[in-house]
Amino acid sequence: MSSTITSNTNDVGTLPKLATVWLDGCSGCHMSLLDMDHRLLTLLEKVNLVYSPLVDQKHFPDDVDITLVEGAISSEADLEKILMVRERTKILVSLGDCAVTANVPSLRNPLGVNAILERVSDGALPKQPDTVPLLCAHARPVHTVVKVDLFVPGCPPSADTIHLVLTELLAGRTPDLHAITRFGL
Amino acid sequence: MMIDRKINQQISSPEELANVAAEQLAWQAQYQHRVFVCMGTACQSVQSGAVLTALQAEIKSKARENECLVSPGGCQGNCASAPLVSVPEQDLLYQKVQLSDAEEIIEALAGKPVGRLLCDNKSDFFTMQNRVVTNHRGLLNPESIEDYIAAGGFSALLKALTDFTPEAVVQELQKSGLRGRGGAGYPTGLKWSTVAKTRAEQRYVICNADEGDPGAFMNRSVLEDYPFRVLEGMAIAAYAVGASKGYVYVRAEYPLAVERVTKAIRNAEKHGLLGNKIGSMSFDFQVEIRLGAGAFVCGEETALISSIEGGKGLPCPRPPYPAESGLWGMPTLINNVETFANVVPIISGGAEKYATIGTPTSKGTKTFALSGSIMNTGLVEVPLGTSLRKMIFDIGGGVPDGHKFKAVQTGGPAGGCIPEEHLDATIDYETLMELGSFMGSGGMIVMDDSSCMVDVAKFFMQFCAAESCGKCVPCRVGTAHMHDMLDRITKGEGTMEELGQLESLCDVVKFTSLCGLGQGAPNPVLSTLRFFKGEYLAHIVGHTCPAGVCAPVGQDIRRPTCAL
Amino acid sequence: MRVVTLKINGQEMSGRDDEDILHVAREHDIEIPTLCQLDGISEWGGCRLCLVEIEGSAKLSAACVTKVSEGMVVNTESERLAGYRKTIVEMLFTEGNHVCSVCVSNNNCELQDMSSDLKIDHISLPYRYPLRTVDASHDLFIFDANRCILCTRCVRVCDEAEGAHTWDIAGRGIQSQLVSDLHQPWGESTSCTSCGKCVEACPTGAIFEKGKAAGEMVKDAKFLVYLAEMKAEKS
Repeated sequence: MSSTITSNTNDVGTLPKLATVWLDGCSGCHMSLLDMDHRLLTLLEKVNLVYSPLVDQKHFPDDVDITLVEGAISSEADLEKILMVRERTKILVSLGDCAVTANVPSLRNPLGVNAILERVSDGALPKQPDTVPLLCAHARPVHTVVKVDLFVPGCPPSADTIHLVLTELLAGRTPDLHAITRFGL
Repeated sequence: MMIDRKINQQISSPEELANVAAEQLAWQAQYQHRVFVCMGTACQSVQSGAVLTALQAEIKSKARENECLVSPGGCQGNCASAPLVSVPEQDLLYQKVQLSDAEEIIEALAGKPVGRLLCDNKSDFFTMQNRVVTNHRGLLNPESIEDYIAAGGFSALLKALTDFTPEAVVQELQKSGLRGRGGAGYPTGLKWSTVAKTRAEQRYVICNADEGDPGAFMNRSVLEDYPFRVLEGMAIAAYAVGASKGYVYVRAEYPLAVERVTKAIRNAEKHGLLGNKIGSMSFDFQVEIRLGAGAFVCGEETALISSIEGGKGLPCPRPPYPAESGLWGMPTLINNVETFANVVPIISGGAEKYATIGTPTSKGTKTFALSGSIMNTGLVEVPLGTSLRKMIFDIGGGVPDGHKFKAVQTGGPAGGCIPEEHLDATIDYETLMELGSFMGSGGMIVMDDSSCMVDVAKFFMQFCAAESCGKCVPCRVGTAHMHDMLDRITKGEGTMEELGQLESLCDVVKFTSLCGLGQGAPNPVLSTLRFFKGEYLAHIVGHTCPAGVCAPVGQDIRRPTCAL
Repeated sequence: MRVVTLKINGQEMSGRDDEDILHVAREHDIEIPTLCQLDGISEWGGCRLCLVEIEGSAKLSAACVTKVSEGMVVNTESERLAGYRKTIVEMLFTEGNHVCSVCVSNNNCELQDMSSDLKIDHISLPYRYPLRTVDASHDLFIFDANRCILCTRCVRVCDEAEGAHTWDIAGRGIQSQLVSDLHQPWGESTSCTSCGKCVEACPTGAIFEKGKAAGEMVKDAKFLVYLAEMKAEKS
């Protein structure tokens, strides 16, 4: 891990900044994050959750210490967002199989975008509409687009796994996850 | 008109063989003039068959049938000048002969040669070669067993049967220092002795004629020109190792070789030189021909054996080696065409004489197929230890059209590209290996400054990926990945990170693949990375192709990006 | 047959000279990874995961097909081997379309287990995303080519244990694919006896029982050992 995160005070302003991002995924990883239950409260004493689908913040701030990414890169919007997130994040974590392997979103990959559009629209949409972000040719794992610092496979990774990931990263250590999570799970 | 003399008798002793040879020589001697028209694949592809007919018709029309004999001949080597016609008594070689030249050639038989057709057969291409395997230099009718016998054919076999014990034949081979000409260079005598020492009721001898390397046609040529010699070598091998059954496994893409070998087997059997009780001894050796359906991997010995057995051509892990457990689980001797062709000169001339040619560890001569950007495209035979420079610039005549030599690729898809600074390296098993290349069966592709080395690596990788049998994971998937990566580099889409990944895949595929195809597949990449890394970087970092292959020189190789 | 002594990972042990390294190691609780080897059918040597280092040999040897010999010194674990195994498993993940989360064999899959044993937490090689088919024409079983790793365990079990030879590999290289009979839909196969041995032998969710949902397909091929033993006794 390239950087360590140090902060011991309870002043929110000086706490390490945590962000979570939801790209092409089912939000199950975020649900699993919430499954930490009461541990969330102690965790939130140690980090400042600056950006997340769970909080009302529209702007992804600069200098985020840890970002958990859920979901694959499937559209131009995902692509733009992950590039921005990577630029503003010290430790980027691929959280869950969609971010790590592209998982369920990747099921469309062998078929190609056009075949998918035709099928879902019953032939009414031979081309991509310009009202929604363009789909990329493939739904891709995050690390094929930007550098990823830690991989947390699992569909979803358990609350315990996510808790371990965060507490270890906050303590400046790289968690050893192979015994507790894996693809699929 | 009698253009061929056919004998019908059984030959059962060296004496009878000598008589047949003498009769045939006498028959040949009654012709004052002899002319040979090359009937190899290259010459036939430019109508040498029609030239042969035209010359024969010319003789007939001039009523000179009793003094002139025009025969089909073998390969002269300089295929670039095809069709070739030789007149041995005048020591002349005519090149690029047209049908309309027939009259002049026949007229010139006793007089002044046809100057405009003359090929300089005193040039380095001819004088610097040392022809042991291809010693008849095209002056032998490949389909005539009589001519072969007249030229000393089958005397090595009968000599082995009468003067040598099987053990003595193996010893002679070991003394000769002959190493496998299929590419890997395994000591032939050692292989023979391993097979001979096995305990088994049945042993087999297989001739591997599944030559499939891009740019390689030595085995084809040897089979086309010397089918009897290859069979004689196989029979000697069978005697030495105690085999009674043999197979020639030749790819179906070599129709002329298939035809000649098939005829040669029948002819040799007819005269008691193959089949039961060869030379009236208790030695039986039946040979059958098997055609390969076009899979490159069938040149790998275990895959070849599986193919002969009627199975899919898939390699098996070794050990056990075929020498121990091969065809139908029986000890099997499997050698390359050229290896068998070398047996005859070893037995007839003696191992000591043979071992004077070559280097201390690489004895004898080797045939090479010169192709690519070279003046004298064709088949050559040189002593092992000849330098690459001599081969390419003296014998090969150098690079044509004002281009600059860049690299020579040896060893087929498992080989490597050797750059100019190593041109003084000698052609032998060890040196080529040190240079990250490989002797291989003898393909030699010369490349000039108009070749892009990344593109060359991609070509060979595409070949390996297409020819991978799919049995083992690293070769099946790894070659496909490596090809895709090379493809991206040639399109300017490669990254330095991916180049690192490519190098590490080379390592994995080389050391984990099941057979030689996968183990050798990374070599063209590794050797081009070793000697031409700058070209890779030019594509990846500079997005240019210095040779102007991936895009015109100076232009960006990246394609215009499209939204999706 | 004779008994030989050898060393695996520094541990002295004995084995019969007709045994391979993989089995002698296994008898001594040393697990060597493999995906194509299955007790009760012939060895294949195709997955290359069981490659081991043998002292005195420059080449790596597949433990499943290399017989033990007197004085042999074998090493089954090294950084180099671990790296090779990781890449080979990554190759398998990129070759097909493996989506563990929705697979019938999720959590009962040898490929998935292998990825976690080898500490693979992501695939660094590019995915190939081939277009492959699902054959659901059989009454009882489904073949999903997306999940096939071409280990040929089904081919061998069908040929050797059932004697039907319904399965085989068509094509070559990256185009290789598992086919039933002469590349007909499995349900139209005239050779298939519907015995289900291929289902049990398949290490992934490629061949499975109809009606099973994600994570529900549990396989057990141990019976093959008894079948092979009974067959050997009979003959």
